[in-house]
Amino acid sequence: MRVVAAQSLVEPVKRLCLAACCRLPQDVCDALASARSLEAEGSAAQSVFDQLLENQLLARQKNRPICQDTGMAVVFADIGREIWIDGDLTQAVNEGVRLAYTQGCLRKSVLDPITRVNTGDNTPAVLHIRLVEGDRIRLTVAPKGFGSENMSRLTMLPPSAGTEGILNQIVLAVTEAGASACPPVVVGVGIGGTMESCALLAKRQLLRTLGEPANRQDLARLETEALARLNVTGLGPMGLGGRTTALAVHIAAEPTHIAGLPVAVNLQCHACRHASEEV
Amino acid sequence: MEYSLRAPVSENDLSLLRAGDVVRLSGELYTARDAAHARFGELLSRGEALPIPKGAVVYYAGPCPAAPGEVIGPCGPTTSKRMDRFTPALIDYGIRQFIGKGARSSAVNEAMRGRAVHFAATGGAGMLYASRITACELVAFGDLGAEAVYRLNVQDFPVIVSFDLAGTDLYGRITP
Repeated sequence: MRVVAAQSLVEPVKRLCLAACCRLPQDVCDALASARSLEAEGSAAQSVFDQLLENQLLARQKNRPICQDTGMAVVFADIGREIWIDGDLTQAVNEGVRLAYTQGCLRKSVLDPITRVNTGDNTPAVLHIRLVEGDRIRLTVAPKGFGSENMSRLTMLPPSAGTEGILNQIVLAVTEAGASACPPVVVGVGIGGTMESCALLAKRQLLRTLGEPANRQDLARLETEALARLNVTGLGPMGLGGRTTALAVHIAAEPTHIAGLPVAVNLQCHACRHASEEV
Repeated sequence: MEYSLRAPVSENDLSLLRAGDVVRLSGELYTARDAAHARFGELLSRGEALPIPKGAVVYYAGPCPAAPGEVIGPCGPTTSKRMDRFTPALIDYGIRQFIGKGARSSAVNEAMRGRAVHFAATGGAGMLYASRITACELVAFGDLGAEAVYRLNVQDFPVIVSFDLAGTDLYGRITP
Protein backbone atom coordinates (compact mmCIF):
# COMPACT_ATOMS: atom_id res chain seq x y z
CA MET A 1 0.00 0.00 0.00
CA ARG A 2 1.37 3.37 -1.02
CA VAL A 3 -0.03 6.48 0.62
CA VAL A 4 -0.37 9.58 -1.55
CA ALA A 5 -1.43 12.85 -0.02
CA ALA A 6 -4.24 14.36 -2.11
CA GLN A 7 -2.58 17.74 -1.61
CA SER A 8 0.51 16.51 -3.47
CA LEU A 9 -1.57 16.26 -6.67
CA VAL A 10 -2.40 19.99 -6.75
CA GLU A 11 0.90 21.02 -8.32
CA PRO A 12 0.93 18.30 -11.04
CA VAL A 13 -2.64 19.17 -12.06
CA LYS A 14 -1.75 22.87 -12.25
CA ARG A 15 1.38 22.08 -14.28
CA LEU A 16 -0.56 19.83 -16.67
CA CYS A 17 -3.28 22.46 -17.26
CA LEU A 18 -0.67 25.03 -18.22
CA ALA A 19 1.38 22.63 -20.34
CA ALA A 20 -1.68 21.38 -22.21
CA CYS A 21 -2.97 24.89 -22.94
CA CYS A 22 0.37 26.29 -24.12
CA ARG A 23 2.09 23.44 -25.95
CA LEU A 24 0.49 21.67 -28.87
CA PRO A 25 1.59 18.00 -28.76
CA GLN A 26 4.28 17.12 -31.31
CA ASP A 27 2.08 14.58 -33.16
CA VAL A 28 -0.49 17.33 -33.79
CA CYS A 29 2.20 19.78 -35.00
CA ASP A 30 3.52 17.10 -37.36
CA ALA A 31 0.02 16.32 -38.66
CA LEU A 32 -0.63 20.02 -39.36
CA ALA A 33 2.68 20.39 -41.17
CA SER A 34 2.08 17.35 -43.36
CA ALA A 35 -1.51 18.46 -44.09
CA ARG A 36 -0.14 21.82 -45.20
CA SER A 37 2.05 20.13 -47.80
CA LEU A 38 -1.04 18.53 -49.40
CA GLU A 39 -2.74 21.87 -50.11
CA ALA A 40 -2.28 23.91 -53.29
CA GLU A 41 0.39 26.60 -53.23
CA GLY A 42 -1.19 29.98 -52.39
CA SER A 43 -4.57 28.47 -51.41
CA ALA A 44 -6.67 29.72 -48.48
CA ALA A 45 -6.19 26.28 -46.92
CA GLN A 46 -2.43 26.64 -47.00
CA SER A 47 -2.58 30.08 -45.43
CA VAL A 48 -4.73 28.68 -42.61
CA PHE A 49 -2.13 25.99 -41.93
CA ASP A 50 0.63 28.63 -41.99
CA GLN A 51 -1.30 30.66 -39.42
CA LEU A 52 -1.87 27.63 -37.18
CA LEU A 53 1.78 26.62 -37.31
CA GLU A 54 2.97 30.17 -36.59
CA ASN A 55 0.40 30.38 -33.80
CA GLN A 56 1.51 27.23 -31.99
CA LEU A 57 5.13 28.38 -32.26
CA LEU A 58 4.25 31.77 -30.72
CA ALA A 59 2.37 29.98 -27.93
CA ARG A 60 5.32 27.67 -27.26
CA GLN A 61 7.88 30.50 -27.27
CA LYS A 62 5.87 32.75 -24.97
CA ASN A 63 4.44 29.92 -22.89
CA ARG A 64 0.93 31.26 -23.42
CA PRO A 65 -2.25 29.49 -24.59
CA ILE A 66 -2.57 28.31 -28.19
CA CYS A 67 -6.21 29.37 -28.16
CA GLN A 68 -8.16 31.82 -26.00
CA ASP A 69 -10.66 29.04 -25.33
CA THR A 70 -8.65 27.31 -22.65
CA GLY A 71 -11.65 25.07 -22.21
CA MET A 72 -13.21 23.13 -19.40
CA ALA A 73 -10.52 21.12 -17.66
CA VAL A 74 -11.26 17.45 -18.27
CA VAL A 75 -9.05 15.45 -15.91
CA PHE A 76 -8.48 11.71 -16.18
CA ALA A 77 -7.04 10.00 -13.10
CA ASP A 78 -6.03 6.36 -13.47
CA ILE A 79 -5.31 5.29 -9.93
CA GLY A 80 -3.32 2.17 -9.04
CA ARG A 81 -5.34 -0.06 -6.74
CA GLU A 82 -2.39 -0.33 -4.32
CA ILE A 83 -2.69 3.36 -3.51
CA TRP A 84 -4.51 4.94 -0.65
CA ILE A 85 -5.24 8.60 -1.27
CA ASP A 86 -5.06 10.57 1.94
CA GLY A 87 -7.45 13.48 1.59
CA ASP A 88 -9.99 14.71 -0.95
CA LEU A 89 -8.92 13.94 -4.53
CA THR A 90 -11.68 15.99 -6.15
CA GLN A 91 -10.81 19.01 -4.06
CA ALA A 92 -7.11 18.66 -4.94
CA VAL A 93 -7.82 18.43 -8.65
CA ASN A 94 -10.05 21.50 -8.50
CA GLU A 95 -7.39 23.38 -6.56
CA GLY A 96 -4.84 22.58 -9.28
CA VAL A 97 -7.23 23.81 -11.95
CA ARG A 98 -8.04 26.95 -9.95
CA LEU A 99 -4.36 27.84 -9.53
CA ALA A 100 -3.54 27.21 -13.20
CA TYR A 101 -6.39 29.30 -14.56
CA THR A 102 -6.11 32.21 -12.11
CA GLN A 103 -2.31 32.48 -11.78
CA GLY A 104 -1.63 31.42 -15.36
CA CYS A 105 -3.92 34.08 -16.90
CA LEU A 106 -6.00 31.45 -18.70
CA ARG A 107 -9.60 32.20 -19.63
CA LYS A 108 -12.24 31.33 -17.08
CA SER A 109 -15.05 29.83 -19.15
CA VAL A 110 -17.04 27.79 -16.64
CA LEU A 111 -20.43 28.97 -15.41
CA ASP A 112 -23.79 27.88 -14.06
CA PRO A 113 -25.85 26.65 -17.02
CA ILE A 114 -29.05 28.33 -15.82
CA THR A 115 -27.98 31.61 -14.21
CA ARG A 116 -24.95 31.92 -16.56
CA VAL A 117 -22.94 33.28 -13.62
CA ASN A 118 -19.23 32.45 -14.04
CA THR A 119 -17.55 30.48 -11.24
CA GLY A 120 -14.55 32.79 -11.67
CA ASP A 121 -11.76 30.22 -11.57
CA ASN A 122 -12.71 27.64 -14.23
CA THR A 123 -13.71 25.08 -11.63
CA PRO A 124 -15.16 22.56 -11.28
CA ALA A 125 -13.06 20.26 -13.44
CA VAL A 126 -14.69 17.26 -15.07
CA LEU A 127 -12.97 14.35 -13.33
CA HIS A 128 -12.94 10.77 -14.61
CA ILE A 129 -11.49 8.25 -12.15
CA ARG A 130 -10.50 4.70 -13.06
CA LEU A 131 -8.91 2.02 -10.90
CA VAL A 132 -5.97 0.29 -12.58
CA GLU A 133 -3.21 -2.14 -11.58
CA GLY A 134 -0.16 -0.94 -9.69
CA ASP A 135 0.82 1.79 -7.24
CA ARG A 136 1.05 4.82 -9.52
CA ILE A 137 -1.39 7.57 -10.49
CA ARG A 138 -1.54 8.64 -14.11
CA LEU A 139 -3.00 12.11 -14.51
CA THR A 140 -4.08 13.49 -17.87
CA VAL A 141 -5.49 16.97 -18.39
CA ALA A 142 -7.35 17.70 -21.60
CA PRO A 143 -8.69 21.27 -21.72
CA LYS A 144 -11.80 21.00 -23.91
CA GLY A 145 -12.85 23.98 -25.99
CA PHE A 146 -16.52 24.31 -26.76
CA GLY A 147 -16.40 25.31 -30.43
CA SER A 148 -15.90 21.62 -31.14
CA GLU A 149 -17.63 20.23 -28.04
CA ASN A 150 -20.85 22.02 -29.09
CA MET A 151 -20.83 20.19 -32.41
CA SER A 152 -20.39 16.72 -30.90
CA ARG A 153 -23.27 14.26 -30.88
CA LEU A 154 -24.56 11.03 -29.42
CA THR A 155 -27.09 8.91 -31.31
CA MET A 156 -28.82 5.71 -30.30
CA LEU A 157 -28.86 3.99 -33.70
CA PRO A 158 -30.92 0.88 -34.38
CA PRO A 159 -28.70 -2.23 -34.72
CA SER A 160 -29.71 -2.53 -38.38
CA ALA A 161 -27.89 0.76 -39.12
CA GLY A 162 -24.60 -1.15 -38.94
CA THR A 163 -21.21 0.28 -39.85
CA GLU A 164 -22.71 2.36 -42.65
CA GLY A 165 -24.92 4.07 -40.07
CA ILE A 166 -21.88 4.73 -37.90
CA LEU A 167 -19.92 6.24 -40.80
CA ASN A 168 -22.90 8.46 -41.64
CA GLN A 169 -22.99 9.82 -38.10
CA ILE A 170 -19.30 10.68 -38.27
CA VAL A 171 -19.58 12.47 -41.61
CA LEU A 172 -22.77 14.30 -40.58
CA ALA A 173 -21.23 15.54 -37.33
CA VAL A 174 -18.20 16.98 -39.10
CA THR A 175 -19.95 18.47 -42.13
CA GLU A 176 -22.79 20.02 -40.13
CA ALA A 177 -20.24 21.53 -37.76
CA GLY A 178 -18.48 23.28 -40.64
CA ALA A 179 -16.04 25.92 -39.46
CA SER A 180 -17.59 26.02 -35.97
CA ALA A 181 -15.60 23.01 -34.81
CA CYS A 182 -12.33 24.54 -36.11
CA PRO A 183 -11.34 21.90 -38.69
CA PRO A 184 -9.15 20.06 -39.40
CA VAL A 185 -10.67 18.13 -36.54
CA VAL A 186 -9.70 15.05 -34.60
CA VAL A 187 -12.71 12.77 -34.24
CA GLY A 188 -13.19 10.53 -31.22
CA VAL A 189 -15.83 7.87 -31.72
CA GLY A 190 -17.33 5.59 -29.11
CA ILE A 191 -19.50 2.69 -30.20
CA GLY A 192 -21.63 0.54 -27.88
CA GLY A 193 -22.05 0.46 -24.13
CA THR A 194 -24.79 2.63 -22.67
CA MET A 195 -25.49 6.29 -23.36
CA GLU A 196 -23.01 7.66 -20.83
CA SER A 197 -20.25 5.06 -21.26
CA CYS A 198 -20.36 5.53 -25.03
CA ALA A 199 -19.79 9.29 -24.67
CA LEU A 200 -16.85 8.80 -22.31
CA LEU A 201 -15.35 6.17 -24.63
CA ALA A 202 -15.48 8.72 -27.46
CA LYS A 203 -13.78 11.35 -25.33
CA ARG A 204 -10.96 8.98 -24.35
CA GLN A 205 -10.16 8.42 -28.04
CA LEU A 206 -9.12 12.09 -28.30
CA LEU A 207 -6.16 11.30 -26.06
CA ARG A 208 -4.64 8.80 -28.48
CA THR A 209 -1.55 9.57 -30.55
CA LEU A 210 -2.80 10.89 -33.90
CA GLY A 211 -3.08 8.28 -36.59
CA GLU A 212 -2.12 5.34 -34.40
CA PRO A 213 -4.69 2.73 -35.49
CA ALA A 214 -7.17 1.04 -33.18
CA ASN A 215 -5.92 -2.30 -31.87
CA ARG A 216 -8.90 -4.12 -33.42
CA GLN A 217 -8.51 -4.64 -37.15
CA ASP A 218 -12.17 -4.06 -38.01
CA LEU A 219 -12.13 -0.77 -36.09
CA ALA A 220 -8.84 0.26 -37.70
CA ARG A 221 -10.44 -0.31 -41.13
CA LEU A 222 -13.46 1.76 -40.04
CA GLU A 223 -11.11 4.56 -38.96
CA THR A 224 -9.41 4.58 -42.36
CA GLU A 225 -12.74 4.61 -44.18
CA ALA A 226 -14.17 7.40 -41.99
CA LEU A 227 -11.06 9.56 -42.44
CA ALA A 228 -11.17 9.09 -46.22
CA ARG A 229 -14.85 10.05 -46.36
CA LEU A 230 -14.24 13.17 -44.25
CA ASN A 231 -11.34 14.34 -46.37
CA VAL A 232 -13.19 14.00 -49.68
CA THR A 233 -15.91 16.38 -48.42
CA GLY A 234 -13.64 19.29 -49.39
CA LEU A 235 -14.66 21.25 -46.26
CA GLY A 236 -10.99 21.81 -45.45
CA PRO A 237 -9.22 23.83 -42.75
CA MET A 238 -11.59 26.35 -41.13
CA GLY A 239 -14.27 25.31 -43.62
CA LEU A 240 -12.62 27.36 -46.37
CA GLY A 241 -12.13 24.41 -48.69
CA GLY A 242 -9.19 22.00 -48.91
CA ARG A 243 -7.96 18.44 -48.77
CA THR A 244 -7.70 17.99 -45.01
CA THR A 245 -10.93 18.20 -43.02
CA ALA A 246 -9.87 15.73 -40.33
CA LEU A 247 -6.40 14.90 -39.04
CA ALA A 248 -7.48 11.58 -37.56
CA VAL A 249 -10.48 9.44 -36.62
CA HIS A 250 -10.05 7.31 -33.53
CA ILE A 251 -12.69 4.67 -32.86
CA ALA A 252 -13.24 2.32 -29.93
CA ALA A 253 -16.04 -0.13 -29.21
CA GLU A 254 -17.43 -1.87 -26.16
CA PRO A 255 -20.22 -4.45 -25.78
CA THR A 256 -23.75 -3.12 -25.89
CA HIS A 257 -27.36 -4.34 -25.60
CA ILE A 258 -29.03 -6.55 -28.24
CA ALA A 259 -31.47 -3.70 -28.94
CA GLY A 260 -28.95 -0.92 -29.41
CA LEU A 261 -26.09 0.64 -31.32
CA PRO A 262 -25.05 3.77 -29.41
CA VAL A 263 -22.63 6.00 -31.33
CA ALA A 264 -20.93 9.04 -29.80
CA VAL A 265 -18.93 11.39 -32.01
CA ASN A 266 -16.77 13.75 -29.98
CA LEU A 267 -15.23 16.46 -32.13
CA GLN A 268 -11.92 18.01 -31.21
CA CYS A 269 -10.59 21.13 -32.91
CA HIS A 270 -7.09 21.15 -34.43
CA ALA A 271 -5.80 22.42 -31.08
CA CYS A 272 -5.88 18.83 -29.80
CA ARG A 273 -4.49 19.59 -26.36
CA HIS A 274 -3.64 17.15 -23.62
CA ALA A 275 -0.79 16.48 -21.23
CA SER A 276 -0.05 13.55 -18.93
CA GLU A 277 2.15 12.80 -15.97
CA GLU A 278 2.69 9.83 -13.68
CA VAL A 279 2.78 10.44 -9.97
CA MET B 1 -7.59 39.89 -54.12
CA GLU B 2 -5.57 41.09 -51.13
CA TYR B 3 -6.11 44.40 -49.38
CA SER B 4 -4.77 46.34 -46.42
CA LEU B 5 -7.62 48.49 -45.10
CA ARG B 6 -8.53 50.75 -42.22
CA ALA B 7 -11.05 49.35 -39.71
CA PRO B 8 -13.88 50.16 -39.80
CA VAL B 9 -13.74 49.73 -43.57
CA SER B 10 -15.21 52.68 -45.53
CA GLU B 11 -18.51 52.14 -47.34
CA ASN B 12 -16.76 52.51 -50.67
CA ASP B 13 -14.10 49.89 -49.87
CA LEU B 14 -16.74 47.60 -48.39
CA SER B 15 -18.60 47.56 -51.70
CA LEU B 16 -15.40 46.46 -53.50
CA LEU B 17 -14.79 43.44 -51.29
CA ARG B 18 -15.72 40.00 -52.59
CA ALA B 19 -16.08 36.70 -50.76
CA GLY B 20 -12.65 35.07 -50.64
CA ASP B 21 -10.66 38.32 -50.56
CA VAL B 22 -7.88 38.43 -47.98
CA VAL B 23 -7.90 41.61 -45.90
CA ARG B 24 -5.43 42.90 -43.32
CA LEU B 25 -7.31 45.27 -41.05
CA SER B 26 -5.68 48.12 -39.13
CA GLY B 27 -7.75 50.30 -36.82
CA GLU B 28 -10.46 49.63 -34.25
CA LEU B 29 -12.51 46.55 -33.43
CA TYR B 30 -15.00 45.95 -30.60
CA THR B 31 -15.24 42.50 -29.00
CA ALA B 32 -18.68 41.11 -28.15
CA ARG B 33 -19.77 37.51 -27.74
CA ASP B 34 -22.69 35.60 -26.19
CA ALA B 35 -23.28 37.43 -22.91
CA ALA B 36 -22.60 40.90 -24.37
CA HIS B 37 -25.02 40.16 -27.21
CA ALA B 38 -27.72 39.18 -24.72
CA ARG B 39 -27.27 42.65 -23.17
CA PHE B 40 -27.19 44.33 -26.58
CA GLY B 41 -30.52 42.61 -27.26
CA GLU B 42 -32.03 43.99 -24.04
CA LEU B 43 -30.77 47.53 -24.78
CA LEU B 44 -32.11 47.50 -28.33
CA SER B 45 -35.50 46.11 -27.26
CA ARG B 46 -35.80 49.11 -24.90
CA GLY B 47 -34.79 51.45 -27.72
CA GLU B 48 -31.55 52.39 -25.96
CA ALA B 49 -28.12 53.02 -27.48
CA LEU B 50 -25.41 50.36 -27.54
CA PRO B 51 -22.05 51.04 -25.84
CA ILE B 52 -20.31 50.80 -29.23
CA PRO B 53 -20.47 53.37 -32.03
CA LYS B 54 -22.66 52.91 -35.09
CA GLY B 55 -20.48 51.71 -37.92
CA ALA B 56 -18.13 49.84 -35.58
CA VAL B 57 -16.55 46.49 -36.45
CA VAL B 58 -17.82 43.78 -34.08
CA TYR B 59 -15.37 40.97 -33.36
CA TYR B 60 -16.87 37.81 -31.87
CA ALA B 61 -14.17 37.07 -29.34
CA GLY B 62 -13.48 36.59 -25.64
CA PRO B 63 -9.76 36.87 -24.88
CA CYS B 64 -7.67 35.32 -22.14
CA PRO B 65 -6.66 37.89 -19.53
CA ALA B 66 -3.37 39.65 -20.26
CA ALA B 67 -0.33 38.21 -18.54
CA PRO B 68 2.15 40.71 -17.05
CA GLY B 69 3.68 42.69 -19.93
CA GLU B 70 0.99 41.71 -22.46
CA VAL B 71 -1.52 44.03 -24.14
CA ILE B 72 -4.05 41.20 -24.19
CA GLY B 73 -4.10 37.41 -23.88
CA PRO B 74 -4.79 35.08 -26.81
CA CYS B 75 -7.74 36.49 -28.74
CA GLY B 76 -9.01 34.41 -31.66
CA PRO B 77 -12.56 34.32 -33.03
CA THR B 78 -15.50 32.35 -31.66
CA THR B 79 -18.39 30.79 -33.62
CA SER B 80 -20.46 33.54 -35.29
CA LYS B 81 -23.64 31.47 -35.55
CA ARG B 82 -24.33 31.72 -31.82
CA MET B 83 -24.87 35.46 -32.24
CA ASP B 84 -27.32 35.02 -35.14
CA ARG B 85 -30.38 35.74 -33.02
CA PHE B 86 -29.17 39.30 -32.33
CA THR B 87 -27.46 40.13 -35.62
CA PRO B 88 -30.39 41.50 -37.70
CA ALA B 89 -31.17 44.00 -34.89
CA LEU B 90 -27.51 45.02 -34.75
CA ILE B 91 -27.49 45.60 -38.51
CA ASP B 92 -30.62 47.75 -38.17
CA TYR B 93 -28.82 49.69 -35.44
CA GLY B 94 -25.92 50.40 -37.79
CA ILE B 95 -23.32 47.66 -37.24
CA ARG B 96 -22.23 46.52 -40.71
CA GLN B 97 -18.95 44.64 -40.24
CA PHE B 98 -18.57 41.42 -38.29
CA ILE B 99 -15.59 39.14 -37.66
CA GLY B 100 -15.97 35.57 -36.46
CA LYS B 101 -15.78 32.00 -37.65
CA GLY B 102 -18.23 29.88 -39.58
CA ALA B 103 -21.37 30.31 -41.65
CA ARG B 104 -24.38 32.34 -40.53
CA SER B 105 -28.04 31.32 -40.68
CA SER B 106 -29.97 32.05 -43.87
CA ALA B 107 -31.95 34.69 -41.95
CA VAL B 108 -28.71 36.51 -41.04
CA ASN B 109 -27.39 36.18 -44.59
CA GLU B 110 -30.62 37.78 -45.84
CA ALA B 111 -30.27 40.59 -43.29
CA MET B 112 -26.62 41.13 -44.34
CA ARG B 113 -27.24 41.14 -48.10
CA GLY B 114 -26.42 44.60 -49.44
CA ARG B 115 -25.90 46.00 -45.94
CA ALA B 116 -23.23 44.10 -44.04
CA VAL B 117 -20.08 42.06 -44.50
CA HIS B 118 -18.82 39.06 -42.52
CA PHE B 119 -15.10 38.36 -42.22
CA ALA B 120 -13.75 34.94 -41.28
CA ALA B 121 -10.84 34.73 -38.88
CA THR B 122 -8.89 31.55 -38.16
CA GLY B 123 -10.23 29.73 -35.12
CA GLY B 124 -7.58 28.57 -32.71
CA ALA B 125 -5.01 31.15 -33.78
CA GLY B 126 -5.35 33.06 -30.51
CA MET B 127 -1.70 34.02 -30.10
CA LEU B 128 -1.34 35.08 -33.73
CA TYR B 129 -4.27 37.51 -33.41
CA ALA B 130 -3.06 38.76 -30.02
CA SER B 131 0.26 39.63 -31.67
CA ARG B 132 -1.64 41.99 -34.02
CA ILE B 133 -3.43 43.83 -31.20
CA THR B 134 -1.64 46.98 -30.08
CA ALA B 135 -4.09 48.27 -27.45
CA CYS B 136 -7.06 46.98 -25.48
CA GLU B 137 -9.51 49.00 -23.42
CA LEU B 138 -12.62 47.93 -21.50
CA VAL B 139 -15.70 49.67 -22.94
CA ALA B 140 -18.70 48.03 -21.23
CA PHE B 141 -20.01 45.15 -19.09
CA GLY B 142 -16.79 44.72 -17.08
CA ASP B 143 -18.56 42.21 -14.84
CA LEU B 144 -18.61 39.78 -17.77
CA GLY B 145 -14.82 39.27 -17.72
CA ALA B 146 -13.76 37.63 -20.98
CA GLU B 147 -17.24 38.32 -22.37
CA ALA B 148 -17.08 42.08 -21.75
CA VAL B 149 -16.89 44.59 -24.61
CA TYR B 150 -13.30 45.67 -25.31
CA ARG B 151 -12.05 48.19 -27.85
CA LEU B 152 -9.03 46.78 -29.65
CA ASN B 153 -6.50 48.62 -31.75
CA VAL B 154 -5.23 46.24 -34.39
CA GLN B 155 -2.44 46.28 -36.95
CA ASP B 156 -2.51 43.97 -40.01
CA PHE B 157 -5.20 41.76 -38.49
CA PRO B 158 -5.66 38.97 -41.09
CA VAL B 159 -9.21 38.00 -42.13
CA ILE B 160 -10.99 36.64 -45.20
CA VAL B 161 -14.25 38.05 -46.58
CA SER B 162 -16.78 35.24 -46.10
CA PHE B 163 -19.98 37.14 -46.96
CA ASP B 164 -19.89 40.17 -49.23
CA LEU B 165 -22.37 42.97 -49.95
CA ALA B 166 -23.45 41.21 -53.15
CA GLY B 167 -24.64 38.33 -50.95
CA THR B 168 -22.00 35.77 -51.90
CA ASP B 169 -21.29 33.34 -49.08
CA LEU B 170 -17.85 31.75 -49.15
CA TYR B 171 -19.03 28.94 -46.85
CA GLY B 172 -22.06 28.33 -49.08
CA ARG B 173 -19.73 27.68 -52.00
CA ILE B 174 -17.76 25.07 -50.07
CA THR B 175 -20.38 23.32 -47.93
CA PRO B 176 -20.16 19.61 -48.82
